[in-house]
Amino acid sequence: MFGLDKKDTSKLIIVACLALLAPFILNPFPTDSALAQFNAGYPDLMQRFVIFGIFAIGFNILFGLTGYLSFGHAAFLGVGSYSAVWMFKLIGMNVIPAIVLSVIVAGLFALLIGFVSLRRSGIYFSILTLAFAQMSFNLAYSVLTPITNGETGLQLTLEDPRILGVSATADGSIPVTNLFGLEMRSTFEMAVGPWAFQFNAGYYLCALIMLAAFYLSIRIFRSPFGMMLRAVKSNQQRMNYTGLNTRPYTLAAFVISGMYAGLAGGLMASMDPLAGAERMQWTASGEVVLMTILGGAGTLIGPVLGAGFIKYFENIFSKINDNVLHTWFSFLPDGMEDAVVFIIHPFIGKGWHLTLGILFMLVVIFLPGGLVEGGQRIKGWLSRRKSKDGGKAAGETNPAE
Amino acid sequence: MDAILLQILNGLDKGSAYALIALGLTLIFGTLGVVNFAHGALFMIGAFCAVTLQRILNLSFELVDETQKDFLGNPLKVKTPYVEAWFGPDIGGSIIDWAVPLAILFAIPIMIGVGYVMERGLIKHFYKRPHADQILVTFGLAIVLQEVVKYFYGANPIQTPAPDALNGVVNLGAAIGMDIVYPVWRVVYFFFAVLIIGGIFSFLQFTTFGMVVRAGMADRETVGLLGINIDRRFTIMFGIAAAVAGLAGVMYTPINSPNYHMGMDFLVLSFVVVVVGGMGSLPGAVLAGFLLGVLESFASMNEVKSLLPGIDQIIIYVVAIIILLTRPRGLMGRKGVMEE
Amino acid sequence: MSNFNASRRRVLKTGAIAGAGVALPTIFTASSAAAFTNEPTGSSVTLGFNVPQTGPYADEGADELRAYELAVEHLNGGGDGGMMNTFSSKALQGNGILGKKVEYVTGDTQTKSDAARASAKSMIEKDGAVMITGGSSSGVAIAVQGLCQEAGVIFMAGLTHSNDTTGKDKKANGFRHFFNGYMSGAALAPVLKNLYGTDRVAYHLTADYTWGWTQEESIAAATEALGWQTVNKVRTPLAATDFSSYIAPVLNSGADVLVLNHYGGNMVNSLTNAVQFGLREKVVNGKNFEIVVPLYSRLMAKGAGENVKGIHGSTNWHWTLQDEGSMAFVKSFGTKYGFPPSQAAHTCYVQTLLYADAVERAGSFNPCAVAEALEGFEFDGMGNGPTLYRAEDHQCFKDVLVVRGKENPTSEFDLLEVVEVTPRAQVEYAPDHPMFAGGNLGSCNPGA
Repeated sequence: MFGLDKKDTSKLIIVACLALLAPFILNPFPTDSALAQFNAGYPDLMQRFVIFGIFAIGFNILFGLTGYLSFGHAAFLGVGSYSAVWMFKLIGMNVIPAIVLSVIVAGLFALLIGFVSLRRSGIYFSILTLAFAQMSFNLAYSVLTPITNGETGLQLTLEDPRILGVSATADGSIPVTNLFGLEMRSTFEMAVGPWAFQFNAGYYLCALIMLAAFYLSIRIFRSPFGMMLRAVKSNQQRMNYTGLNTRPYTLAAFVISGMYAGLAGGLMASMDPLAGAERMQWTASGEVVLMTILGGAGTLIGPVLGAGFIKYFENIFSKINDNVLHTWFSFLPDGMEDAVVFIIHPFIGKGWHLTLGILFMLVVIFLPGGLVEGGQRIKGWLSRRKSKDGGKAAGETNPAE
Repeated sequence: MDAILLQILNGLDKGSAYALIALGLTLIFGTLGVVNFAHGALFMIGAFCAVTLQRILNLSFELVDETQKDFLGNPLKVKTPYVEAWFGPDIGGSIIDWAVPLAILFAIPIMIGVGYVMERGLIKHFYKRPHADQILVTFGLAIVLQEVVKYFYGANPIQTPAPDALNGVVNLGAAIGMDIVYPVWRVVYFFFAVLIIGGIFSFLQFTTFGMVVRAGMADRETVGLLGINIDRRFTIMFGIAAAVAGLAGVMYTPINSPNYHMGMDFLVLSFVVVVVGGMGSLPGAVLAGFLLGVLESFASMNEVKSLLPGIDQIIIYVVAIIILLTRPRGLMGRKGVMEE
Repeated sequence: MSNFNASRRRVLKTGAIAGAGVALPTIFTASSAAAFTNEPTGSSVTLGFNVPQTGPYADEGADELRAYELAVEHLNGGGDGGMMNTFSSKALQGNGILGKKVEYVTGDTQTKSDAARASAKSMIEKDGAVMITGGSSSGVAIAVQGLCQEAGVIFMAGLTHSNDTTGKDKKANGFRHFFNGYMSGAALAPVLKNLYGTDRVAYHLTADYTWGWTQEESIAAATEALGWQTVNKVRTPLAATDFSSYIAPVLNSGADVLVLNHYGGNMVNSLTNAVQFGLREKVVNGKNFEIVVPLYSRLMAKGAGENVKGIHGSTNWHWTLQDEGSMAFVKSFGTKYGFPPSQAAHTCYVQTLLYADAVERAGSFNPCAVAEALEGFEFDGMGNGPTLYRAEDHQCFKDVLVVRGKENPTSEFDLLEVVEVTPRAQVEYAPDHPMFAGGNLGSCNPGA
C-alpha cells in the first residue's frame, strides 16, 4: 500500500490507528475514578504528543540515519513557531499559511546552520549546532525582543493588523486559529457511560499531518537516499574515498529534519498562538535527543514513543499532589496511608524530574535499543511462549504413534 | 587600563572554574571515552559538600529563652552550635567560619568515593555502548543527583561565606603603583585552580602511574596487551576527575551561593570549553577554559557592548564557532577522537 | 483529606448515565449547553494552582502552594479562618464558594511560558478549573493571562512585578494584586532621598529581559526626578551567574549608588559579587557607596545572607506587619507550617480569597460577572491597608513597603525590617501613564 512493503504498511496502519483513536486509548479510566489522574486524552496533551512526535521523527531522520547528533534542533522549532505567530499577527488566523511559512523559514535556517556545521563531524558538529541554537536562544530572549517579545513569548494582540482577517472579533476578543473556518480549539465531547472522550479539531489536524510526516519518513528510510545516509553513518571515509561527496546528502538530511522541526513549531503555534524563547534553549534540544534515544534511535516508531513518554511524565506526573495521593490510598489505615504517601511523595508533583531521570537510566540500562526493544522483547517472549505451546502440543501427539 | 587589567583578572577567575571542570571532563573523555553529562552534577555535589559541612558544624541544641518571642508569640528557642559549646565561642566560631576551606578535606574522600561508585556501578557498563546511550544514562543520573540535592536542600541558593580573613578586598596593583582592588577569595580561587591543574599535570607527567594512564589514553589496547590492568587505573582517574570537579565546586561556593541546578548551568559551557580545547587534550581544555573566561569578561565591558549590543550573551558561542571552523579539532585536539 | 474530582465531568457523567450508556454528544464550542467555560454544576468547584515546582523558583512556588492550600481550607470552613475574619467584605461564609466545596488541582509552570500554558490548559481542559492562579515571574504571568483570556476563565496573577502585566499586556480576564515596577520606584524614591540626598550618581545593572527593563525604567525615572544622575544602565544576561565582569566597571565609573534590577538567583549573585568587590566600604564623591535592590524577596534574600544587611528595597508585604489582617494570616500560616509566609504566599492567599469573595458577591462563577465584581472593588483587612482593584487595568492599588536588610536578625526568617509604609496615594498613577501605555484590556471572555 502507498508503495510500502507489508511490514511498513502494517507499521503505518498501527500508528494511524493509535493516532486516530487516541482520544479513546488515552482515556482508559472513567472520569470519576481515582485513576482518572492518569488519563491523557485531553486536547492539549494529545496535540503535544503528536507535535513532539513529528519533531522526533524529523530528528531521527538526521540522527538515526546519518549518526550526526545535532544539539541545536530546538532552534528550528523555535524559528518555526515565531514565523507562524507572525503570520497570525500579520496575515490572518488560517493555519495553512502559518504552517507553510514555518516549514520554509525553518528549512532556510537549517540550510544556513547545516552548511556551516556539517563541515565538522562527531562531537565538533554537535557543539557547533549547540552554539548556533544557544546564540538564537540568548538573542531571542534579549536583544531580539522586538521580534520575539523576549521572556514573555510572542503573543497575539488586539492591535495586530491581520490584513486577511480581523484584528478583533465582534465581541472584542482576539480571533482564534482556524482551518478555513474550522476552529482549532473546537472540541466535540462524547460521554459514554462513566467515560468522557474529547475529539478536538486541532488534534486531528496535527494527527493527520503527523501521519503524513511518518509516511514520508518511512519512504526516506527505504529510499536509495536513505541507504546513502546509512552508508555515511557506517563509514563516511570509505564513501569519500570512492569519490563520492557525502556533504550534499547529509545537508539534505539536515534540512529535511530542520523542516520537520519547523513544522512541529508551526503546529504548536497553530494550536496555541504563543512562541516562547525557551523553545530554543539547549534543554529543549536535549529533550528531542532524549526522546529519540529513549524510544530507539534509527527505528521508525521509536522517536514517537519516546516523545509520548517524556511528555506524559511532564504533564501527568507533575500534576499529582499529596492531596491526590491521599485520595488514592484512603482505603489504607491512617498510619499506613501516611507512610505510603510519604514514600511516594518525592517522586510526584515537584519530583517529576526525579522519576523521569530514574526512568531514563532504567530504560537505557535494561533496554539498550530503547522502548522499541522493550516492545520487541515482549513480542519475542509472547511468540516464544506460543511456539513452546505449539511444541508441547506436538510432543503430546508423538507418543500416540 | 585599570579596567582592562581588572577584566583580565575576572576572566582568569571565571576561566579557573571553567578550566577545572573541563579538565575533569577531558580526563574522562580521554581515558574512558565516555561522554559524561553528569560532570556538572559532580561540580554541584562538591559545592554541596561545603554546604553540608557548614550545616554539620552549625548543628545546634536549643535553649528556650522566655524573655524573647518568636513570630507566633511563643518563647524563642535560642540555638547554639555544639561546636561553639565544646570549644568555646572563639575557637568554635572560627571553626565554623573556616567551613569552606575545611570542606576541601571533607570533599576529597567523598568525591573520590562518588566517582568510584559511579564508574564501577554505572559508567563501566557503558564503555562499549554508543555515545548516545552514554548521554542518556549520564543525563538521567545528573537529573537524579540534582533532584536528590533539591529534595534535601531546597531550590534556593544557600549562602556559604568565605572565612572573614579572606572576605575583604586586596589591592593587587599596589606594587606597580596602580589601583586594582580585587576580592581576596577570588585571588585564592585562581591560585587554588593553578595548584590543582599543576598537580594533575605533574601527576600524569612525572609518576609511573601517570605514564601508564597517558599510554592508555593513547592506545588502550596495546597497554592492555602488555599485561597492565588499565581499567583499574582508569577507575582511579575517574575518581580523581570527580574530585577535581568537586573541589572546584567547594571553592566556588563563596563566589556564588550554590543551588541545586548550578551543575546544569556549567554543563553546556564546560562541554563547549572541552571541545574548543580539542578532544583528548588536557592542555587544550585548560587553555580554552582561560581563553573563554577572559573573552567573556571583555565582552561584558560597556565599551564592547555599546559597539555590539548583546555580544556578552553569545560571545562564548561565537568564539566556539570561529575556532571550530578555523581549527577542525579545536585548539589542540587529537585526530580521530570523538569524530565519528 | 478532601476529595479530588473533575466536577464538570461528574455532571456530564450523571447526564450520560441517564441515557443508559448511550452516547450523548455535546459540543462545547460555539453553541453550548454551559453558559461559560467549565461552569461548575455539581457540589464542588475546581481551582487551578499553577506554580513553579521545578527550576530556580521552586521554593517560592512551594510557598505559594502552601498559601493556596491554606486559603482552600479557610474557604471550606476549616482552620481558624485567617484573613476571612479581618477582610472588610463579609460575603464569604466558610461554606466553600456559593455553597460549593472548593477543590483544587496543581501544576508545574517550570518558570517557562510554554510549560506554564500547557499546565494551565490541562487544568482547563481536563480538570475543569474555573480559575487559574499562581506563578512567580512576569513572563509566565503574561503568557498564562493571555491563555485564560482566550479560554474564558479568570486569571488571578501570583507574583508578577513587571509593569506589562497590567500595562501593555493587560487582559480583561486577568487580575493582579501584587505591586509593580512603577510602584517600587515611586515608593523607594522618597526614602532614598531622605537617606542618600538628592545629589547622587546611579549605575544600573539590569537583568536583560522584559521585567528587568520595566523595573529599570521605573526606578531610573523615579530617582532622576529626585535629581539623581544615571551614569550607566548595563544589561546582564539572564543566564549569568558570575557578575564580576559587570561589577568591576562600577568601581571606576564615578557612580556612588548601584541599583540592581535583578530578581531571584540573579539578585543573590549580583549582590554577593558587589559586596565581594568591596563596594559597600567604598567612598565615592565624598559619600558612602550604596546599593539598592528595588524588588526584594525574603526567600531569595536568604541566599545572599549577610550581604543584604542595610540594603534598601521594596516589597509587597512582609510578615512582621502589625495590622490585624497580616497578623491573622501569619498566625494561621505559621501554626500550620511552622514558619512565616513569604510575600508570594501572601499575594496568592489574598488573590484566592478575593476571587472567592467576588464570586459570592456576583452570585455566579461567570468570568464576566466575577470581573465586574472585582473591578473598582474597595477592600481592607488584607494586610496592605485600604486597597482598590482598579477597573481600568485590573491592578490593585495599596500601600507599598520599603524594607531594609536587618542588621541583627533574631531568627532565620527575620531578614528584613520595614522602614516605611509608603501610602497608596504616593504610588498611584494614571491608567494611561506612558510606562503602561499601549495595551488594551479587551472585553471579558466567558468562553463557551
